[in-house]
Amino acid sequence: MSAIPKSIRDDFPGLAQEINGHPLIYFDNAATTQKPRAVLDAIQNFYEHDNANVHRGIHELSNRATAAYEGARDRVAQFINAPAREDIIFTRGTTEAINLVAATWGAANLGRGDVILLTELEHHSNLVPWQLLAQRTGAKLRFIPVTGDEGTLDLRDLDNLFAEVKLLSLTHISNALGSINPVAKICAQAKAAGAVTLVDAAQSAGHMPLDVRALGCDFLALSGHKLCGPTGIGALFARRELQETMPPYQGGGEMISKVEFHQSEFNVPPHKFEAGTPNIAGAAGLRAALDYLDAIGLEAIHAHDTDLAHYAKERLSEFEGIRIFGPMEERGGLVSFVFENVHALDLATLADQQGVAIRIGHHCTQPLHDKLGVPATARASFYFYNTRSEVDRFIEVLQKVIKLLK
Amino acid sequence: MSVALNSIDELADNFELLGDWESRFGYLIDLGKELPPMDVADQSEANRVHGCQAQVWMKLLPEAAGRITIVADSDAFIVKGLIAVLLTIYSGKTAKEILDIDGQAQLDRLQLAAHLSPTRKNGLFAMVQRVRELAQAIEVEATE
Repeated sequence: MSAIPKSIRDDFPGLAQEINGHPLIYFDNAATTQKPRAVLDAIQNFYEHDNANVHRGIHELSNRATAAYEGARDRVAQFINAPAREDIIFTRGTTEAINLVAATWGAANLGRGDVILLTELEHHSNLVPWQLLAQRTGAKLRFIPVTGDEGTLDLRDLDNLFAEVKLLSLTHISNALGSINPVAKICAQAKAAGAVTLVDAAQSAGHMPLDVRALGCDFLALSGHKLCGPTGIGALFARRELQETMPPYQGGGEMISKVEFHQSEFNVPPHKFEAGTPNIAGAAGLRAALDYLDAIGLEAIHAHDTDLAHYAKERLSEFEGIRIFGPMEERGGLVSFVFENVHALDLATLADQQGVAIRIGHHCTQPLHDKLGVPATARASFYFYNTRSEVDRFIEVLQKVIKLLK
Repeated sequence: MSVALNSIDELADNFELLGDWESRFGYLIDLGKELPPMDVADQSEANRVHGCQAQVWMKLLPEAAGRITIVADSDAFIVKGLIAVLLTIYSGKTAKEILDIDGQAQLDRLQLAAHLSPTRKNGLFAMVQRVRELAQAIEVEATE
């Protein structure tokens, strides 16, 4: 039984609605989560009372805005147990955080013949930036393979895979299959091989306790909107020593200390990587989201997510002709599946008619789906406000859908 | 249920009679199932209609007296049903007739829009565009 009461749903105005005449069942949390009232209030409150630009102002409102923004930086650092607040660079989200590393650290440190080690599970946002960087620098990509439908990493040959590797970038939890990767173990091995490490925590942040010191990574990327926060704000954890060696990302205000017509001196990290007016209201919302999640407890959230994923997997296996993906153990809060002779698009369309929101497609992991030999899968992804009775209703909906399509 | 169709009027009447989403989609799926299959060889990249979430292939075959037969297929049932609807509107007409049809107005008569997501509507629009493009090409060829 979950420690999280069903009444938690009352905190989420977005959940209390009907879709096509049925109560909404929101199972698309791996794409984005719903927002609690506390986050909506924090954003509203910022714009109503504290709205001004950050850092430069002498006046009271600017001081408040700066406190909101920099306070959020403290909060993110605390949330992932970063050694220092300066280790946190605000970005638009995970995608921008990874692109920032590729454009700065990557451009400065990678050259012809160097290897970027990824896994076959990666989201396009942890693949395409490296492809672009490889094209620019002559570096090569290499992949840790995935074993079959279970989606666990095949680590048997890992030592050999690390030859010439300068950077390892891997996902913590697969958004397509739900596999939780043994990130701490792989990062330790990478470190021993002299490689810098980046963890894509888009699916794990806010879903399980995160500790960058325990993970032993150099970079970690996360998105606010996947953990009850607003869209357009995320963070990159970057170890201070690495930040010092990184060239600037974008040019503009905030990131400079002295500007002349032909040259500039740059601000200290992390400001050096935050050009222009940042997403201040977003940062305030993110901070509220982290407060909200910590009050519930990340252990409890993880246990709840995992319970729903296992329960859904168990109920789904009652269907004939279904193929379910992802590992038996070490599974995050989602389950992906396909039915024989049923197109995922038909499935999702008919489920939507009954108020169920699931995602279909390649989930931005096209190469992985090519490897699995399926053009598209259906994915139900959960969060702490979902319930077992919603999973039961989801199964009833699917039974009806399959009957219509057969 | 027999789903053979003569005209868009008949189709509109049938959709009107089917009140709830379940019977409307059931009907659409049945229409899709009765769609004449397309040769696997024709399910090629050249015949792909992009812009749909499912795979769609389409080919226009000029017949006698300038009439055009449309052959199309998809790997998703609901999309096949939508193709059957489009064929009812467009197939067997001349290129000029096809280009004169207000496809949107005809589709609106079926009141399907409420059931179709914006993504799906884009997919349907992509199919309509493709019919028009191919018809245009045939029309140009005929007048040259």
